Amino acid sequence: MTAVIAVPEELNDRTFESVIDQVAQHPADARLIIDAHRTSFGTPYAFTALLCLAQSRMTKPVFTVPEIHSTASYWARCGFFRFAEDLYEIHGKVPTIRSHGESDVWLPITSITGSEDVHSVVGRIQERSEAILVNELKTDSRMIGRFAMTLSEACQNIVEHAGQGGWVMVQTYTWRSIGRRVVQIAVADAGVGFTASLAPSHARRFGDRWSDGRALEEAVVKGQSRFAEPGRGQGFTGIRRFLDHWDGKLTVRSGTARIAIIPSWERDAPQDVPKDVPLREGLSSFPGAQVQIIIPGKAA
Amino acid sequence: MIPMVNIDVGAILQASLNGTYTDLVTRATGRSVRSQIERLLERAAPGAVSVIDFSNVGLLDFSCADEIVATLMRQCHDDSPIANRYILFAGITERHLDAIEHVLERNGLALVVRFTGLGVIQLIGVVRETERQVWEAVVHEQRTDAAAVAAGTALDLTAVSDSLQSLYQKRLLMREGGEYRAPVGVVA
Repeated sequence: MTAVIAVPEELNDRTFESVIDQVAQHPADARLIIDAHRTSFGTPYAFTALLCLAQSRMTKPVFTVPEIHSTASYWARCGFFRFAEDLYEIHGKVPTIRSHGESDVWLPITSITGSEDVHSVVGRIQERSEAILVNELKTDSRMIGRFAMTLSEACQNIVEHAGQGGWVMVQTYTWRSIGRRVVQIAVADAGVGFTASLAPSHARRFGDRWSDGRALEEAVVKGQSRFAEPGRGQGFTGIRRFLDHWDGKLTVRSGTARIAIIPSWERDAPQDVPKDVPLREGLSSFPGAQVQIIIPGKAA
Repeated sequence: MIPMVNIDVGAILQASLNGTYTDLVTRATGRSVRSQIERLLERAAPGAVSVIDFSNVGLLDFSCADEIVATLMRQCHDDSPIANRYILFAGITERHLDAIEHVLERNGLALVVRFTGLGVIQLIGVVRETERQVWEAVVHEQRTDAAAVAAGTALDLTAVSDSLQSLYQKRLLMREGGEYRAPVGVVA
C-alpha cells in the first residue's frame, strides 16, 4: 500500500505536525510518498525533521521535489538533497548547485555522529558569526561566543543521547509574522528520544506519571540528565541561560510531547500571530528529538 | 618556596585533536583533556600550586567547563589523587567566563583566576560575602593571619577564622602555620 503525505506550502515546526499526523496513520513499513511539490518555504527545523522522518521508516519513502525552481534550488543549497538522496527515492529534478563564493546558507545541513563533528560545526559557525550576528542581526558582540556554545550544547544532545546520528542546520531568515530577522538552529535525530534516554534513572520516581512530557520537563526545565555523576545536565540549562538573556525561543519535541520556552516577542505579538504553549502532550508519535532555537535580531 | 606547575590547556587540546581545533567543546574532549591535566597534577607534590593556563583556548562550552574546571576543583578538596593541590586558572577571557561561572553556580564552587591582560587574581563563583571580604583582605596583605584580617576588615574574629578555614578547605587559600596566603606561586 502506498500513501501520499501532503507537505504544507509553508513548512515549519508548527505545520510539520500535520505531516507527522498523516504519517502516524500508516504502519512503519507502508510505502509513503512525501509530496512537497507545492511547498514553497521551509525552515531548518523542517529540513532536518524530514530527514528524521525518512530515517525512521522501514520502507524507503518517495520524496517529491518542490516544483518552484527557486525553492528547490534553495533546498539544494541548504544541503537537503545531499542527505535526502540516500534516505528517499527522489522524484523530480534536483537543481545542481554551483559555487558562487560565499553561500547564503549559514550552516547547511550537517551530519552529527560524534564529538569530532561538533568541533567541526563550532569551528565553521564562528567563521561568519560576526558578519551575521553583529552586522546583520545587530546583536551584542558578546553573542558570538555564546551562540557557538549554544550550538555546541545542542549538537551534543545527539552525541550523548540519541544512540545514532542526526543533523544540524543554522540559517537566518525573516520571520514574517513578527517582522524580524531571526537566526534558527535546528538539531534533530530519529534516535531513542528523551523518555527512553532518561527512563533508567528517572522513570521509577514518577511511576505511572512517567511520560514523554514529563521526560522533557525533567531534561529541559530542570536540567536533569540520564547520567548520575555531578555536573551533568549542563546543556539545556546553559542554553536557557543565554536564551533568557536574548529573549530567544526554544522548542524540543520528542515522542508525543513538545515543550517550548516562549519569548516575550511571541507572547506579546498581535492576536493573529500563532502562539505556542509551554507543553503539548498527546501529539502523534515521532521518533528521536527535534530541537529548535530561535534568536531574534534587534527590533527595528 | 612554593612549588609551581604550569599546564597549557591549549597545548593539551591541540595534541588531543591532532592540532585541528582550538575550541574546548564537547564532554568527550573535556574528559580527555581533564584526564591529562590530572596526570600532570598528580605528579606535583601535595601543597603545590598549578597554573592551568587557558590562553591558547578559543571557545569553552558548558560541558567542557564542567568536565574540566568544576571536576578539578571538586577533586582538589575531595579524597582524590589530586587532593591538597592548589589551582590558579590563568589566561581566562570573557569568552571563557560565561561557561565557567555557569558551572560554578550549578555546583556551588569557587575558584581563583587571573584574567588575560590583568596581573591581579580574583575569586569567582559561589562564596559567602564574608568569605569574599576575607579572601580579598588576605590577597591584599599577601600573607596574614585571622587577627590581622579581623582588624583590617572590622569583621568578627570568629567569622574571619571560620571563613579562613572554609577558604582553605576549598583550596582557595593556602595555610602555612597560622598564616594564610593566596594560591599563587612565587613567580606568578
